Amino acid sequence: MEIKKSEWGGETMTAIVTVLFFGVAYGMILYLISVGLSVTMGLMGFVNLAHGVFAMLGGYAAVTLMNQTGMSLFAALPLACLAVTVVGFVLERTLYSRLYGRSELDQVLFSMGLILISMALVRLIWGPMAQPVQLPDYLKGQSLVGGIELPTYRFVLVAFGAAVIVALWVIFERTLFGARIRAAVDNRGMAQAIGIDTGRLFAVTFGLGTGLAALGGALGADVLAIAPNYPLHYIVYFMVVVAVGGLGSIRGPFIAALSIGLADTACKYLLPEMGSVFIFAFVFALLLWRPNGITGKR
Amino acid sequence: MTDRSTAAILLLPPDGVSGTRKALSMSLWLAALAIPTLVPGYTPLANQMVVMILFALSLDLLVGFTGIVTLGHAALFGTGAYTAGILALRLTNDPLITALCGMAAAALVGLVTGSCMLRTKGLAFLVLSLAAAFMLHELANMASSVTGGDDGLQGVSFSPLLGVFEFDFRGHTAFYYSLACLFAAFLLVRRVVNSPFGWSLRGIRENDGRMRAIGCPIYARRLAAYVMSSALAGLAGALQAQTTQFVALNSLSLELSGDVLIMLILGGSGRLYGAFVGVPLFMFAQDLLAKEDPANWYLGQGLILMVMTLFVPGGVLGLVERLRRNLGRGGRR
Amino acid sequence: MNGSAPILETRKLNRFFGSVRVTGDVDFALHPGERRAVIGPNGAGKTTFVNLLSGRLAPSSGQVLLGGETVTALGEAQRIKRGMGRTFQITSLFPNLSVRKNVFLAVAEHEGVAWNLFRSAASHRDQFGRVDELLERVGLADVAEVKAQDLPYGRQRLLEIAVALALRPKVLLLDEPAAGIPTSESHIILTILDTLPKDIAVLLIDHDMDLVFRFAQRITVLVQGSIMVEGTPAEIAANERVRKIYLGESDHAAA
Repeated sequence: MEIKKSEWGGETMTAIVTVLFFGVAYGMILYLISVGLSVTMGLMGFVNLAHGVFAMLGGYAAVTLMNQTGMSLFAALPLACLAVTVVGFVLERTLYSRLYGRSELDQVLFSMGLILISMALVRLIWGPMAQPVQLPDYLKGQSLVGGIELPTYRFVLVAFGAAVIVALWVIFERTLFGARIRAAVDNRGMAQAIGIDTGRLFAVTFGLGTGLAALGGALGADVLAIAPNYPLHYIVYFMVVVAVGGLGSIRGPFIAALSIGLADTACKYLLPEMGSVFIFAFVFALLLWRPNGITGKR
Repeated sequence: MTDRSTAAILLLPPDGVSGTRKALSMSLWLAALAIPTLVPGYTPLANQMVVMILFALSLDLLVGFTGIVTLGHAALFGTGAYTAGILALRLTNDPLITALCGMAAAALVGLVTGSCMLRTKGLAFLVLSLAAAFMLHELANMASSVTGGDDGLQGVSFSPLLGVFEFDFRGHTAFYYSLACLFAAFLLVRRVVNSPFGWSLRGIRENDGRMRAIGCPIYARRLAAYVMSSALAGLAGALQAQTTQFVALNSLSLELSGDVLIMLILGGSGRLYGAFVGVPLFMFAQDLLAKEDPANWYLGQGLILMVMTLFVPGGVLGLVERLRRNLGRGGRR
Repeated sequence: MNGSAPILETRKLNRFFGSVRVTGDVDFALHPGERRAVIGPNGAGKTTFVNLLSGRLAPSSGQVLLGGETVTALGEAQRIKRGMGRTFQITSLFPNLSVRKNVFLAVAEHEGVAWNLFRSAASHRDQFGRVDELLERVGLADVAEVKAQDLPYGRQRLLEIAVALALRPKVLLLDEPAAGIPTSESHIILTILDTLPKDIAVLLIDHDMDLVFRFAQRITVLVQGSIMVEGTPAEIAANERVRKIYLGESDHAAA
C-alpha cells in the first residue's frame, strides 16, 4: 500500500481525515479478501495459506477484462468474481478436499505449493511486472470533500465494499444457507446428524469465500498492487486478520481488518521509516494475550 | 552416564542401526571429503549445500521430531549471519568466535521469541512465527547503518581459521570448515534424538495431550528443542556469512523460510538424513529450472510440494523405505 | 469406611458449562486401596467428574484434595507428580511409536530421566526393566515392538493401563476402560484390574454393569451431576430409585 506524500495535507485535521479515509478503504479490502478465509478455516479446519491466490486471480481477471476488452469496471468485477468462484469450487472438490483431516504440516505445504504454482502461471501469462489499473475518466483524479482532496476511486471502493459487506452479513445471519454454515462451524458432527450435506456446504462456502477474495483483489487493485508475488507479499496481512479476528467468525475479521488498515496507514504516515514493525509487534502481543483472536474463546 | 567417556558416547552410532545403513552413512561422509579434490570447480556449490543441510537439519528437530511447524525459521539463520558479519566488521573477525556468537545470538532470539510463541499452537503459532520473522526482516532493513539495509553486508572477511588456514578463493578451507561443523552438529542431533529427551519430543509430536497427562512439562520441552534448533540455525547462518563473505537481507526472508521447509520435506522430515537428501535435490532442480525463467522454478517447487503432500508423504527417504519394504516382502514370498 | 484418611476427596465440587450445571455439590471420598465405581446414565457428568479430579478441568467452585492436600489450583501435570493417574475414554496413545516406547515415555517422565539429552534411551536399562515388567503385567510382552496403532483395539486399552501404571499412581482413574470391547471379552480387563497393586485406589467408570458389579467394593451413582446414592453393589442393586433411573434403562433396552 503506497501513499503519496503529496496527498497529505499539512494540518492535523486533514491528516486525521486522510488517515481515516485511506485506513478504512485499506481495511475493507483486507476484510473482503480475508473473511472467506476465516469462515472456511473455521468450517474445515484447513490451514490455507493460499487464499491470497484467489484475490490475485480476481485482480488479474478484472484488470485484463478492463484493459483488453474495454469492459467497464462494474461489469468486470462480477465477472472476475464469478470466474474465481468457479476456480475455487473446482479446486476445493478436486484438491483441497483430499487434505481435510491431514496434518497441519501437510496443509501448510500443500497451500505453499499452490501459491508457488499460481505465481509461476501468472508470471508466464502476464509477465513479472505489476498490472496497471486503467480507471475510466470519471473515476480518475481527486474529489474535494470538506476542503480535503481525496482520490475519487477510493470513495467508490468504500461504498461498494460497504454494500457487499452488508449483503454478506444479511446472508450469513438471516438465510438458511448462513444458518447452515454457522451450525457446521459450531459442531460439524451435529450438522451432519441433522442432515446437512457438509461436503457440498464446504465446496459452496469455499467457492463463495474465494469469490469474495477475488472481489477484494479486483476492487483493491490500486491498493494492493496486482503482481506475481501478490500471494506471498501480502500473506502476513491476510493471516493476521484471520488470526486476530478469530476463526469461523465474520464480525471478528471485520474489526481486525479495519484496525489493521487504520493502524498500518497511521504508522506509515507518522513513522514512514518504521514501516509495519509496530503493527506486527502489536499483533504479536495481542495473539499472546488472546491466541484464538478477539472473538475466539480464551 | 556409564564408564565410557562422553566423547566415545557421542561418536558411537545409536543402537539398532543396521550395518548397511552404517556403511552407507560412512561412505557418504567420506565421499563428501573428496569433493574438493575430485570436482574442485564445484567446491563453492558444495559448501552452499553443506550450509543449507545444517539449516534444514536444525529445522528437522522442530518440524520432524517435535511437530512444530514454523514459517519463520530464517529469522534465526539471519540472526546468526548478521551477528557474525557485524562482529567481523566491527569487533573481531576470528571465525570460531564469531560463529559461537552467531549461535548464541540465535539461541537468545529463539529463547525470547520461542518463550512467547510456544504458548500458542495451530494458526496463532503459524502467524506468530510469520510475524516474528517479518519484524526482524523489517528491523534489519531499517537499521541500514549497521546491517547495510537492502544491499546487505558486503566485504565481510575473516581471519584464518585457527590462525592457520586462510579462507582461499577456491573455497577449500570454507568447505572443510562447514563440513566439520555439519558433522559435529549431526552427531549432536543424532545423540539428542535418540535420547530420552528426543523420544519425549516424538511423544509430543504424536500426542501432546497424552504427554501432558504423563507429567511431561511440554512447554519447557518444546522450548528446549526450539532453542537448540535456533542455535544450529544460527550456526548455519554464521557459516554462510563466513564462507561467502556476504550477508544478504534475504537471509531473514519468508522465501528462505519456505525454501528450507521445502528442502527438508523433499528429503523426508523426522529422519535425520532427510536434509542430506533434500538439499542437493532442491539445489540441482533449482539450477536446472531457474536458468531460463524464475517462473519455471516456482512451478517446479509448487509441483514438488503438491506431489509430496498428495502422493509421497515422507519425502524421498520415505519413498525409498516403502519401496524397500515392499521389495523385501515380495522377496520373502 | 475403613477409618484411614481418604486419598482423594472432593468438597462441594461444582462445575458449570455456561449456565448448565454438569457437576453439582459433589462430596466424594476415595480411600487407599479402595475399588470404587461411578455409574450413571448418559450425560450424568461422569467424564466431567473424572476431568475435574485429574485436573484437566478446573471446577467452578469447591475443592479437590489429594493425599489430604488441596490440589484444586494445580494442573494435570502437578497432580500426576502427587500420585494421580488416569486413562482416557477415547484411546490416547502415541500411535506411531512402539508399545515399548509408549510405556518408556511414561517411565522416563516419572523417574526423571526425560531431560537426559546425550545418553541414548536404549541404554536406560533400569527403566526398560520396569517397562518390560509392566508389559508383562498387562499381557503385552509379546507385542512390545509393535506400533501402538497396529494393536487391536482391546489391547490398546491394556496399553493405556500400562502407561497409567508406569507413573506409580496412588489413585488410578479409569474412564471406561472397556469401551469398545465386546462384553464377552471384558473379563480380560477385569483380570488385569485384579492384578493391580492392592494399595492403589482405583476409580472405575464404565457402562458395562457386569464389569462394574464384579469389580467394585462400593458404587457411587451420579445423576445430573450430583451424587444420588452411594453403597455396596448389593445395596445399589436393591435400591428402587437406582433401578428406576439407571438400571431401568437397560431393562428397557433389553426388552
